[in-house]
Amino acid sequence: MTATEPGTASAAEPAPNPNDVPITVNGRPVIARKGELVIAAAQRIGEYIPRFCYHERMQSVGMCRMCLVDVDTGRGPALQVSCMITVAPGMVVNTHSLAAERAQEGVIEMLLANHPLDCPVCDKGGECPLQDQSFTHGPGESRYIEEKRHFEKPIPISDLVLLDRERCILCDRCTRFADQVAGDALISFSSRGNNTQITTFPDEPFASYFSGNTVQICPVGALTSKPYRFKARPWDLEQTESTCTTCAVGCRMVIQSSHDELVRYSGVDSDPVNWGWLCDRGRFNYESVNSGDRLAAPLVRDGEELKPASWNAALARAAELISAAKAAGGPASIAVLGGARGTNEDAYAWARLAHDVIGTPNVYPQMGDGVQINVLGFERATIDETASATTVIVIGPDLKEELPVLFLRLRDAVLNRGTRVIELVQKRGGLTPLAWRSIEYHAGGTAQAVAGLAADGDIVAQLAKGNVVIVAGRANLAEHPREGGNGVLAALELVPGAKVLPAFRRGNVVGAIEMGLIPGEGGMQALQIAEAAAAGRIECLILLGCDPLNDFPDTDLARRMMAGAPRIIAVDTFITKSSGAADVVFAAAAYGEKSGTTTNIEGRVTTVAERVTPHGTSRPDWMIAVELADVLGGDLGFGSVDELTDAIAANVAGFGAATADAVRRATDGVLCRGALPPATPRALTVEERNSYDYRLVVGRKLYDNAQGTAKSPALAHLAPGAAVHLHPLDIERVGSSDGADVKVTSKRASLVLKVVADETVVRGSAWVPFNQPGPNIGELIDATQAVTDLRVESF
Amino acid sequence: MNGATYPHAPGFVAGDRPRIVTGRFEYDDAHTLQRFLATGGYQGLQAALSRAPTEVHDEVKNATVLGRGGAGFPAGVKWGLTPQGVWPRYLVVNGDESEPGTYKDRLLMELDPHQLIEGCLIACYAAGLSQCFFYIRGEMALAQERVATALNDAYAAGYVGKNILGSEFSVDIVLHWGAGAYVVGEETALIESLEGNRGMPRLKPPYFPAAIGLYGQPTIVNNVETLANLPWLMLNGAAAYTAIGTPTSPGTRMVAVSGHVKRPGVYEIVNGTTTFRDLLYGDDFCGGIRDDNALKAFVPGGGSAPWFLPEQLDLPFENKLVSAEGSMLGSGAVMVMDETTDIPAAALTLARFYAHESCGKCTPCREGGTWLERIMQRIVEGYGTPRDLDQLLEIGQTICPGQFPHASSDRLGLTAVPFPYRMTTICFVGPSAYVPVHSALTLFPDEFEAKITRRNLIPVSVGASDDSH
Repeated sequence: MTATEPGTASAAEPAPNPNDVPITVNGRPVIARKGELVIAAAQRIGEYIPRFCYHERMQSVGMCRMCLVDVDTGRGPALQVSCMITVAPGMVVNTHSLAAERAQEGVIEMLLANHPLDCPVCDKGGECPLQDQSFTHGPGESRYIEEKRHFEKPIPISDLVLLDRERCILCDRCTRFADQVAGDALISFSSRGNNTQITTFPDEPFASYFSGNTVQICPVGALTSKPYRFKARPWDLEQTESTCTTCAVGCRMVIQSSHDELVRYSGVDSDPVNWGWLCDRGRFNYESVNSGDRLAAPLVRDGEELKPASWNAALARAAELISAAKAAGGPASIAVLGGARGTNEDAYAWARLAHDVIGTPNVYPQMGDGVQINVLGFERATIDETASATTVIVIGPDLKEELPVLFLRLRDAVLNRGTRVIELVQKRGGLTPLAWRSIEYHAGGTAQAVAGLAADGDIVAQLAKGNVVIVAGRANLAEHPREGGNGVLAALELVPGAKVLPAFRRGNVVGAIEMGLIPGEGGMQALQIAEAAAAGRIECLILLGCDPLNDFPDTDLARRMMAGAPRIIAVDTFITKSSGAADVVFAAAAYGEKSGTTTNIEGRVTTVAERVTPHGTSRPDWMIAVELADVLGGDLGFGSVDELTDAIAANVAGFGAATADAVRRATDGVLCRGALPPATPRALTVEERNSYDYRLVVGRKLYDNAQGTAKSPALAHLAPGAAVHLHPLDIERVGSSDGADVKVTSKRASLVLKVVADETVVRGSAWVPFNQPGPNIGELIDATQAVTDLRVESF
Repeated sequence: MNGATYPHAPGFVAGDRPRIVTGRFEYDDAHTLQRFLATGGYQGLQAALSRAPTEVHDEVKNATVLGRGGAGFPAGVKWGLTPQGVWPRYLVVNGDESEPGTYKDRLLMELDPHQLIEGCLIACYAAGLSQCFFYIRGEMALAQERVATALNDAYAAGYVGKNILGSEFSVDIVLHWGAGAYVVGEETALIESLEGNRGMPRLKPPYFPAAIGLYGQPTIVNNVETLANLPWLMLNGAAAYTAIGTPTSPGTRMVAVSGHVKRPGVYEIVNGTTTFRDLLYGDDFCGGIRDDNALKAFVPGGGSAPWFLPEQLDLPFENKLVSAEGSMLGSGAVMVMDETTDIPAAALTLARFYAHESCGKCTPCREGGTWLERIMQRIVEGYGTPRDLDQLLEIGQTICPGQFPHASSDRLGLTAVPFPYRMTTICFVGPSAYVPVHSALTLFPDEFEAKITRRNLIPVSVGASDDSH
């Protein structure tokens, strides 16, 4: 903050900063920053100028005229909109002059003239900028006696958002957000004058992944979200700041509850991370926490059936299974999979239980569906560094689908900060229209495609400008997880100084890795564990909130793993395909029901908060680990979350600064980097593609069959469904047509899928979204192979 | 009465006066390249090309060619406001003439399109612009056709395009038809529209077109009539130009007269010296008020100009004098109301136009304009209340804080409040809705009071919202 009174700094007489602009606001001298808007400079010294259309994270438009103040630039005071005028030396601003206050009152009166004033039944009532500013800056009464403007009460503009045009004050916030921030300009003004209204285009809903943000930034109750509508009154809400763990970006948000039920998430403006934005999946999937399908108590298998049991009985049964497995095959015959959905504390407790108490090295946090964990070992970039880099090389997934808010930050970087994106894609995605270069390649050729960049003089010159960040994730679930690491290594060979931002997807996968849910000495990875279990070499399988039958790309192997493991213990919030096959299922507390810390892709440790009582008797994962250790005769040594957080700070390399107290105090969290070694190159044998075959690319859509979306009624139906996407020319080549059924065959199996003409698919590739309602593409994937090729036949 | 009219130029009235821009109007084929060339066409361009651009620019500056779109800003000065060395830079021709009462630009486009094209080329040459966008109002079908035909002919004859008349000078002219929004006559809204966006004005600052205009580049926006002056100026020189009119308002200007006069039409008058009395009563001009009625009031500069009373008849067409008396010359349209006029109804007609044409961007205009219209509607229909008259003025204060310009009147004991007004809106559309209301209420309070009934209830059906647009 540079808002200092000049008197305090004048003693030493330092050279004047060229970026300092001295102005006067309401009689107080202020040092504003060059280029700063008057409204922002005034706010920094506590002079709040009322506003509706102005938003810190969007371009000013000066439309609502609410922020009119008296500005004197030497030619006498004149009313100016403070959101459009930048500070100039010597400027005298008066926000309380008679003229300014009259103008502000006049604007409020006019905004209220046609406003329905249905505040008693409005979701926004109680937290409404129009209400609040009518109170602080309004005339106190209306003289408008004409009939008000009428529109049909709320009309849905998307599956998630409803619009009440009578309440709308036409501030252009939602439309600007859709256009400038999200890049989905699907809502716009129509008609003019007094009949101006926000509309969608005919037959085109406001289907944006970021539509919920418009509800949050609407300064009146014009936009409401389907899940929250009429659920609570703002003054009844209790709220706690937390971090979204839907994906690994780590957006800050507040969790709001009413009567011990989660009712709303709202984005918090965290400068280094999400700027206040959330994606709709993160914003609305709290519905799954409230789902009636949640596990309320532990389950223990009795023959064919899983029956509710007491915690003591379940813990005793689990301990028996673990002891029996140890007796049968030794500690290494026990494998622990998952843990990327919990807190750092959950992961740390389970890591200690697995490695120290049970004594197995076979621990892995991902389901063979992420990028290899050693991508964390490269010199890591922050999100800010990425979003201000000169060049960003993106190797991997469609960030808009997997890490949506990181996509927003990159979009801003490209449009407003001169960043150039070079993306390597097996299917063009959300970032493609913004990319400076979009290099298409086929699965299995990541490293070669990256190395190929060196042949383009323009790219070499661009990379030579320095300040390069590589974003690396899992591009294709039907190719080897090492591809991502190989791509990064190839890119680092081109740009040795580049930093890496790992595009891990699951909420706290970075935390799980850093906390030690990774193989110990001689331990196995997910694929090896699955193969060992299928071969009968795993005596007990422990699933930490993971569902291999759904999430493991190779469904057949997952099935054989589950069948081959004689004992299965699951920790889960729901009965899933996999937890339903377990012998003991511990009911886990969900997000919002447990506190602790989480780690995002850049290594930022932030708090997650307990806002509501855990469902039924469910418990947080860490507590289950502590109790299970107890029953097994070990003592993990902690009894509370804070003790665990401090134990992490004391014991985990690189996390020393993230004590419970420090994380709570740091608004932007604490950056922590562990000591994982970087990935090493490993050549993969990729078979030549038969020119009649299509190389399979399996990617993710934002909405899929994951529990968080499938159990959230508002989101469940948004999953697009299984289909095979082919380039239109390839559809012609196989003699089919858009929308028809085709038979796709790999070495494993055949499926019948709908074919979709999709120009974003690289010719010769077939793209299929993962984990969607409909036929399961996992049936065709052989995880032991570097790539999967498909034959596509029309009927 | 004197003053010739021509069947092919309905609305135009010639007279025994200097003619700078209407010189060819008497020919029924003035719009053809053949006639244009036969009457000195493109010779102004040749004269310009034979001199350095800065000399041409200086000539325009010296002639003090005032902008004819409404603001009356000298064109030569405007051209000089663009930052040097920034490319590309554009000329935009504002042919979106839609101010109530104004139809002079339409005649210029319909009757002498080549003159405009020549003017554009001279402006581009002088100000160093390589591309010109010609924006013509959507409703003006004949003007669009004539300008398009003329442009095709000019391209074919080598007057437009690459290496014009064998010189190093190249300009492309792009035509664009409007879609029927009044606000697009405002230069920044016109630029938005030209870019394919909704026609809404941009904020100044920072979007002064000279600095950040079309596609973010330096842009000069000139009115049709302004550019039509340039060929004559190039041929005859600044001295000849300033010899007509007065030093502050040189040359001629076109004025469109409508309303209760014997001969409404477009007149090219001498700037600065011709008075409103000359125009309305002169034999060579309108020839008096219809049926020899008494004049009640007149609008001196288009629908958005505050009204004048007969007491202001002897004012000449001179910006400074008219401003001091509380109005403006604006776009050159005089609307005449005789003694039979229902003043509140006339004011409502104008206020309704501006309320309807509000783009909806800023609150005071969007809400205030319609609010004014609703109250006026009630008053005219006989449902006004005494409170309404103060209310109208108070709404006006939100749109235009401070003293609002009006004319002086001995009868009413009013001293003039000079033009312009202050405003809380982005552009002048919002204030324009208030202008007729304020003028009518200030100059004819008794007519309002006569309409006010002492009812307490207002029927619900009156002024109900109109959702039909």
